[in-house]
Amino acid sequence: MNALFSMSRKDVITFVLFAAVVLLMPIWLQPFGAAYPDLMQKFAIFGILAIGFNVLFGLTGYLSFGHAAFLGVGSYTAVWTFKLFSMNPIPALILAVVISGIFALAIGFVSLRRSGIYFSILTLAFAQMSYNLAYSVLTPITNGETGLQLTLDDPRIVDSAFGGVNDGSLPVSNLFGLVDMSGISGFYFCAVFLIIGFFITQRIFASPFGMMLRAIKSNQTRMNYTGFNTRPYTLTAFVISGMFAGLAGGLMAVTDPLAGAERMQWTASGEIVLMTILGGVGTLIGPVVGAWLIKYFENIFSSFNESVLHNLFSFLPDNVESFVVSVTSMFVGEGWHLTLGLIFVLVVTFLPGGMMEGFRRIGSLFNRDGGDKAKPDEPAPAPAPAE
Amino acid sequence: MSERKDGPSRRKVLKGAAAGLVTAGVAPTILTSSAFGQEYRNKPMGDTVTLGFNVPQTGSYADEGADELRAFQLAVEHLNGEGDGGMLNTMQPKSLGGNGVLGKKVAYVTGDTQTKSDAARASAKRMIEKDGALMISGGSSSGVAVAVQGLCQEMGTIFMAGLTHSNDTTGKDKRRYGFRHFFNAYMSGAALGPVLGQEYGTDRRAYHLTADYTWGWTQEESMRNATEALGWQTAETVKTPVGAGDFSQYITPVLNSGADVLILNHYGRDMVNSLTQAIQFGLRDKQVNGKDFQIVVPLFSRLMAQGAGENIKGILGSANWNWSLQDAGSQAFVKSFGAKYGFPPSMAAHTCYVQTLLYADACERAGTFYPPEVIKALEGWDFDGMGNGPTHYRAADHQCFKDVLVVRGNENPTSQFDLLNVVQQTPRAQVEYDPAIFGGDLGPYEVS
Amino acid sequence: MDAIFLQFLNGLDKGGAYALIALGLTLVFGTLGVVNFAHGALFMLGAFCAVTVRKILTLEMIATDPEKVTAWGTPLEIRTPYVEAWFGDFGSFMVDYSVPFSILLAIPVMLVIGIVMERGLIKHFYRRPHAEQILVTFGLAIVLQEIIKHYFGANPIPQPMPSVVGGAADIGAAMGMDPNVIVYPWWRLIYFAFSVVVIGAVFAFLQFTTFGMVVRAGMADRETVGLIGIDIDKRFTAMFGLAAVVAGMAGVMYTPLLPPDYHLGMDFLVLSFVVVVVGGMGSLPGAVAAGFLLGILQSLASMTEIKAIIPGIDQIIIYLVAVIILLVRPRGLLGRRGVMES
Repeated sequence: MNALFSMSRKDVITFVLFAAVVLLMPIWLQPFGAAYPDLMQKFAIFGILAIGFNVLFGLTGYLSFGHAAFLGVGSYTAVWTFKLFSMNPIPALILAVVISGIFALAIGFVSLRRSGIYFSILTLAFAQMSYNLAYSVLTPITNGETGLQLTLDDPRIVDSAFGGVNDGSLPVSNLFGLVDMSGISGFYFCAVFLIIGFFITQRIFASPFGMMLRAIKSNQTRMNYTGFNTRPYTLTAFVISGMFAGLAGGLMAVTDPLAGAERMQWTASGEIVLMTILGGVGTLIGPVVGAWLIKYFENIFSSFNESVLHNLFSFLPDNVESFVVSVTSMFVGEGWHLTLGLIFVLVVTFLPGGMMEGFRRIGSLFNRDGGDKAKPDEPAPAPAPAE
Repeated sequence: MSERKDGPSRRKVLKGAAAGLVTAGVAPTILTSSAFGQEYRNKPMGDTVTLGFNVPQTGSYADEGADELRAFQLAVEHLNGEGDGGMLNTMQPKSLGGNGVLGKKVAYVTGDTQTKSDAARASAKRMIEKDGALMISGGSSSGVAVAVQGLCQEMGTIFMAGLTHSNDTTGKDKRRYGFRHFFNAYMSGAALGPVLGQEYGTDRRAYHLTADYTWGWTQEESMRNATEALGWQTAETVKTPVGAGDFSQYITPVLNSGADVLILNHYGRDMVNSLTQAIQFGLRDKQVNGKDFQIVVPLFSRLMAQGAGENIKGILGSANWNWSLQDAGSQAFVKSFGAKYGFPPSMAAHTCYVQTLLYADACERAGTFYPPEVIKALEGWDFDGMGNGPTHYRAADHQCFKDVLVVRGNENPTSQFDLLNVVQQTPRAQVEYDPAIFGGDLGPYEVS
Repeated sequence: MDAIFLQFLNGLDKGGAYALIALGLTLVFGTLGVVNFAHGALFMLGAFCAVTVRKILTLEMIATDPEKVTAWGTPLEIRTPYVEAWFGDFGSFMVDYSVPFSILLAIPVMLVIGIVMERGLIKHFYRRPHAEQILVTFGLAIVLQEIIKHYFGANPIPQPMPSVVGGAADIGAAMGMDPNVIVYPWWRLIYFAFSVVVIGAVFAFLQFTTFGMVVRAGMADRETVGLIGIDIDKRFTAMFGLAAVVAGMAGVMYTPLLPPDYHLGMDFLVLSFVVVVVGGMGSLPGAVAAGFLLGILQSLASMTEIKAIIPGIDQIIIYLVAVIILLVRPRGLLGRRGVMES
């Protein structure tokens, strides 16, 4: 708890507010129709993923396009732990974090030999190789397209040694037989990790290590000229963010014991990048907000079918109603991708700092002098186009 | 495997206690409704019952998903007594009266599977946890079907699978809460085999191109077994990456391999692409071993046949159903679907429509929505009048057994929808098999 | 031996497609310094130019036959394409050649799309970080493909090639070997030739015209060219248009090989970036060389004999090669120092 006391007042307030917002989700998400366990679990899990990614991308500026691979590795590890040892989430999560950390160390060691888009392509290549192999050749380990699932005849050595009864149904992961990891308790379990993860990132951002990473971002060449080896720092950041992704992957398996290869596909990696930039790169809260927004769209916007829309606009006169419905149906339901694409274009064009910049601008409207000084995380100046 | 009939399970008690501990004071009580106050999840309390339709709305199968959704909407209309009633007029035996199910009006919610297991499970969970869906149906891929089926078993919600063709769905990965009306790879092989023997003789060498994932493998295995039983040889089996787009690098080796039949164990876009490209390589104009080279596509769908255009003509394959069938059930369905939408339904639409009606009928017969009773009502059920002749829902693996169609790409289509000719309606007895060959375990009726 | 030759040939036509896409991407990156994730979408839009032309050419006159009814009770429709009704054989000829004809439409359409995209959106991103360029162009790509999906559906739409080149060419016989051993589809040979011509034309344009000279100078040193009073921006806009046209033409000609659907661009996106990076960001010859190299390696890796030694190699070969090349040659095959490393 020492760390908590050494935090600045502002950090403490941010942390407490963040924790409160996360823990009270079941209440304040109610009016948005998002207060059901699965979506809230996803909010927490993808929040962890995004803040972990932000440690790498937000601080060092290294844009990894293969981050989903660590998510996948974490999931597979967790499911295998369930299958072989125990349904307790703790060992599964520890192993998920460790294995994905090792994976990240190997990939990071190779990829960080290059920077800029070469780094991005290297990470992308590793992730795509993992995905393609997991989908096909590695099926004995990953169960390919169908995804790795629990079965009744899994050994589960530890559980059976402690007299776990097989009542003919698939076990659910649980904390020492007390708390089920599905439903609302699963959400709180993930939420605790999100809050811990947020705390860790907050500490990293404020630490000398974080300053060093930012220095690397602003000018790596200069750092290298001073005889300073930046690689160990970037590699540490890479592994930390890989472990966050592994934790997120593990939690996905804890709340829903299934691991599929498509979690590692490049579109999944792209989604992480989108979440982070949409929310605000380099800010503490931005990536979490971005993750929530995208998951909300994916789950709620996609469910608006025409009959829902007709109910929604039923107060309008008939022909106006059908017109409004036909226009809006382009953007919701099966058209939710279109809305997502438009939002990216608009946000990036008009709010380069992501949603967080939007909030700041709104804030500064009300509080004119507070607006300008609160900009510690300006996006780095753009590199000039190819010289 | 034990079938628990009495008392709450150990886990149920623990779960209830734990949920109480964790949620006390913080979470609104509606979130814990599954543990308290209801005998089973999402028991319909008001005057409606909600069904969840989980179809691909984005991604490559979006058109198939859209067609499934049309069928679902039609099924809901018919169940509620709107429209012309469709197959409700032909279904035998029938307990449904066109006044909803068990007196409750049928409502539905929809979700996008994106043809990804994670997304499909997430939207199924949304429909179960948030929208109170009592049954989940739909889907256009086996990976998704298996993933959602597993979820539904955990949640205690019945899953009526849409288009899924892998043997695993009702084999190795079968579940008590999952039901499949669609046929599978084994049946495709069993139905196609004899026709291939008649058409192409018993002395053939087959070259397989197989989509490198579980469905592709089961399809290849089933086709190999069926053709080798005829006396065919298998020249080579080559795995191709899913979504490769250009398959030409896998087709060139076929040219001089000495094979005289190419079997494309591909589905969807992969099938469209590999077939189009194989024909461009002149394979169908080729003579090998003194015989005309032939291409076979074990699983056909009309929507995909459209994508292959001219190239589909004369190609043999199998299908679950086709709108040109002349039985009363199929005709009634095509009539009401065509009248509403202006074009005939696809086989994906057919299976989804039938599944919805079957579920509703089972509830009606069971006299309750309580899933274990509904499952028992579906298991071993015999029905007719829904296309494909007399059909049996086998209790041992929840697979439907009915006639399977062997189809051929139409050489002279009379309309843009008239793409497939039914060559043979393979009788049900010919495609039946012992459920033990695929293993798997259904699991319990009661879940906490 | 013939098997290897066939795979090599196959690699050439694959490589042609990769090189064409990578060429356009490199043009945009080299001149404007923009990482364009919407480039795959431009390829897809080109392909849908072909779809549109064919749709227009096969617009049908719909008459109903009251004698016959469909299975759902409406009168059966009899459809005759207008062009055939009006022009007879010439109409059928136009339908048959709709893919090559589409290039005539694709060039102006793609030029306009390219210029509008650059002026309307991309130009605001010249001085912004690459990550933002990626995000905005990726968003644009999603918007474009969803619009296409809305109007054309999600299923692939077949585009037959002209029937004279529908079959396969017996190359072996032409070279004096046994007939029916080395047989290869005409259209794939045409695609390879087409890609060589287009690549040659782009290089000649940059090399031998004043316009090209200025653009090359601008690629090397934008500020100085601006200082000597040349409006480099206008030329760069034109280059974006040119890149869009190259991508669009590549897309049109590709349709007979791969029935296009709205998702086509995304499938090529990752691949084309790998090609560009392997070639060296900003290097046109590098992009072309890498395109052909990766095409050929992909074809060879798919041979059963090679897959037997290393299972699954055909699934990862492109990425494996990319990793190796980037580790051995830090800036790709022909890349320059300092590009995109910040």
